[in-house]
Amino acid sequence: MRVNRRHFLQLTALAGGGMALRLYETPTSRRFASAQGAPRPSGLSPRAFVRVTADGKVVIEAKNPEIGQGIRTMLPMLIAEELDVEWSQVQVEQASLDESTYGPQFAGGSMATPINWEPLRHVGAAGRQLMIAAAAARWGVPEAQCSTQAGRVLHAATERSLGYGELAEDAAKLPLPDQATLHMKDPKEYRIIGKFTTGVDNPALLTGKPLFGIDVKVPGMLHAVYQKCPVFAGKVKSANLDQIKGMSGIRDAFIVEGSVRSSAVVDSDPGLEPGIAIVAETWWQAQAARKVLKVEWDVAAGSPTAATQSSEAFAEKAQQMLKEPPGHTLRSYGDVDGTFKSAAKVVEAEYAYPFLSHGAMEPQNTTAHVHDGKVEIWTTSQAPGGGRRLVAKELGIAESNITVHLTRTGGGFGRRLMNDYMVEAAWISRAVNAPVKLVWSREDDFAHDAYRPAGWHGMKAALDAQGKVTAWRQHLVTFGDGAHAAPSAGIGAEEFPSGRVPNYFIGHTAMPLWLRTGPMRAPGANAIAFVGQSFLDEVAHAAGRDPLDLQLELLAATPVPMPAGEENPQRGPEEYRFHPDRLAGVLRQVAEESNWRSRKRAPGTGMGIAAYSCHLGYSAQVAEVTVDADNRVRVNKVWVVTDVGRQIINPSGARAQVEGAVVEAMSHTMLEVTLAGGRVEQTNFAQYPLMRMRQIPEIHVSWRITPNSPTGLGEPALPPAIPAICNAIYAATGKRVRTLPLKRSGFSLA
Amino acid sequence: MSVKLNVNQKPVQVDAAGDTPLLWVLREHLDLVGPKYGCGIGVCGACTVLVEGHPTRSCITPVSVVAGSSITTVEGLSADGSHPVQKAWGELDVPQCGYCQSGQMMSAAALLDRTPKPTDDEIDTAMNGNLCRCGTYPRIREAIHRAAGQLMPALRD
Repeated sequence: MRVNRRHFLQLTALAGGGMALRLYETPTSRRFASAQGAPRPSGLSPRAFVRVTADGKVVIEAKNPEIGQGIRTMLPMLIAEELDVEWSQVQVEQASLDESTYGPQFAGGSMATPINWEPLRHVGAAGRQLMIAAAAARWGVPEAQCSTQAGRVLHAATERSLGYGELAEDAAKLPLPDQATLHMKDPKEYRIIGKFTTGVDNPALLTGKPLFGIDVKVPGMLHAVYQKCPVFAGKVKSANLDQIKGMSGIRDAFIVEGSVRSSAVVDSDPGLEPGIAIVAETWWQAQAARKVLKVEWDVAAGSPTAATQSSEAFAEKAQQMLKEPPGHTLRSYGDVDGTFKSAAKVVEAEYAYPFLSHGAMEPQNTTAHVHDGKVEIWTTSQAPGGGRRLVAKELGIAESNITVHLTRTGGGFGRRLMNDYMVEAAWISRAVNAPVKLVWSREDDFAHDAYRPAGWHGMKAALDAQGKVTAWRQHLVTFGDGAHAAPSAGIGAEEFPSGRVPNYFIGHTAMPLWLRTGPMRAPGANAIAFVGQSFLDEVAHAAGRDPLDLQLELLAATPVPMPAGEENPQRGPEEYRFHPDRLAGVLRQVAEESNWRSRKRAPGTGMGIAAYSCHLGYSAQVAEVTVDADNRVRVNKVWVVTDVGRQIINPSGARAQVEGAVVEAMSHTMLEVTLAGGRVEQTNFAQYPLMRMRQIPEIHVSWRITPNSPTGLGEPALPPAIPAICNAIYAATGKRVRTLPLKRSGFSLA
Repeated sequence: MSVKLNVNQKPVQVDAAGDTPLLWVLREHLDLVGPKYGCGIGVCGACTVLVEGHPTRSCITPVSVVAGSSITTVEGLSADGSHPVQKAWGELDVPQCGYCQSGQMMSAAALLDRTPKPTDDEIDTAMNGNLCRCGTYPRIREAIHRAAGQLMPALRD
């Protein structure tokens, strides 16, 4: 084995004459180093892994968790392109968790593209260069006379060629290429990047092969369910465990004391929740035993007020808080109050949205085997590194003794950034001294989510006689403790139109909550865009202006800079800062594609527009809806224009992310999670009506290609769809949707 | 109890309590994990299999009820992905997470078996019981149109 740290390459000869290439100890450029500091955890470094065997087979490791975002296909495409092999030659394998080898392995924040775009192409390019060097040496010709094509090195002058497999053994012995001199393809030469590429798992998926966490089977495996208190962190007082243990197939049933950290704001991964484990020979036997299970809970074990929480009480309290000044100022400049007093017109409104549950189709699950002080785990986590840390902490086992395999995952949407199910599975496995597959029921999933937090916003804008916005005030009532908002419950000082109006105030008031909250696809943005972009539409109508024009005017305004020292330290390089011209660009394009200027429709039909930037992407959308006499809304068509830089890597996957984002946004307009007695009232999909096929509009997806580095698509196309639909409802009916779900504003989706 | 079934054209015998849902018999006794557990109450469709050619929510169907019946799972459409529905799904790259797609394909296969050239409305009606949380509906509909009219291997034998 050769290791050359200077070049951040590691080259290994494989038995049988192959070579393996492992690249990049450190980020390949400062840009990516700082990009990692943006919306997602920092300190992560990109690497990758390629194997070329003597028979010419090219195996590429897919490093990140596949949760439906297509990453298991897309990241290997980057390597294969620069390696210059045929995509059909490539076999993709899922890497296990090993962040010291592969760099960051998580699915979140739409960060896989910006983090991996450059380093993984470097991996491929370095491999290609090694093959050229090996061939040139074999032939005794200059490297410059050699080229590559479809996994072969060519020497045109002598019409010779050698396959990568024939060169792999030699290549493994060569000095490593200098990263600075790697030859990268001109995008015009791309044969894989930019081509419609179907999912690498499709053949197995479409024939029902085991792929998902719930499909894992290991020898001697037992099956478990874990019954937790319907009130967060409640403890077991007593249960009829002896009766359960006597049931057919039941191997064990026991109380887990648990150890939830008590704090004013519940952490993302607050520890092991108390509960009762039932372990059986089959999952169905364990699940069936729950019908007989009788538990007396101490519902106040986690917090004395836990069982008194209700959505109604939160809403009432929020209404009062909105009448008071915000408890915490995020940004304030100019003379906001004075401007409101002298304004030609003042627009004021309150907006609200509910808690939401992620509702991924595959229930949370993990298979764990604790034995001899070691742990082996097969999991659906989106953030398996965090899960391993949590397991290590709760079980008191060193991370180095915990092996984590990544399975395909039946939807993430942010829920699986939390790793409670991983700890539970490991805990239960240790207790019964056997491999255990823990599968939550759907009811468990609804009762024990880390919910998208509810929020209430007081909005106020001042207009001058010319219809220009002269002051803007936003007060978010959220959950948290003073200045500290609960996970995914905060808002930023630079929320639009911060810095783009002459007088501005944004602040929040936080109330306590004893419930887990957490990121849900486009966290923050998925709710805040509804408020900001709906209110902007409201302000435009009050000013008698086209909302498109008003938004473009604000985007063109000379920004009021953040005070020195208060800029968001995690904003990363210039390219990744908010660029108003990019948002204006997608707005103009979507207006053109939807024929926005000719949007007059028959009564009952209307069009709405909205735009938002999050997770380094820019998306603008126009929705057309028809509302019937019973206020049932039919979304006819949604036009989406998104700017994620200069290259759409996999047009199939990219388009899928946009289609999915629009469908999910439509679900957001219909759904709510409510609390009563500290318990979540929705128990299954029957009370949580996700969109069905008949409700789906025509979705027109296009891109605005800009010279920027490619960024991710998991999230940016979701937030604007909600206000675009709500603004279209206003255009169709003259009624403003200020409270979600739609039924709380008198509407429903047809 | 011992229950005899005919699964994917093969006779099988399983030893399970009669009220065990067919889904868990398929998954845990027969290692057919294509059908998925999503809700357990028959509202999401991830568990859909065909019983005598009819789309059936296997998560709420006691195995005793289908004793002696002919059952088709996604594994039974074809093992090599050659069924027109599987092919269309692959060509259009329908799956995102893919968890619901086995159920989606079974509902689609049953629809096309009865209605070789369905309209959008017929598709929407036939597919209404199958949730896709990722939102692949536009592609599912397109894939059904693509598979429409092609010769279907018999789902009932």
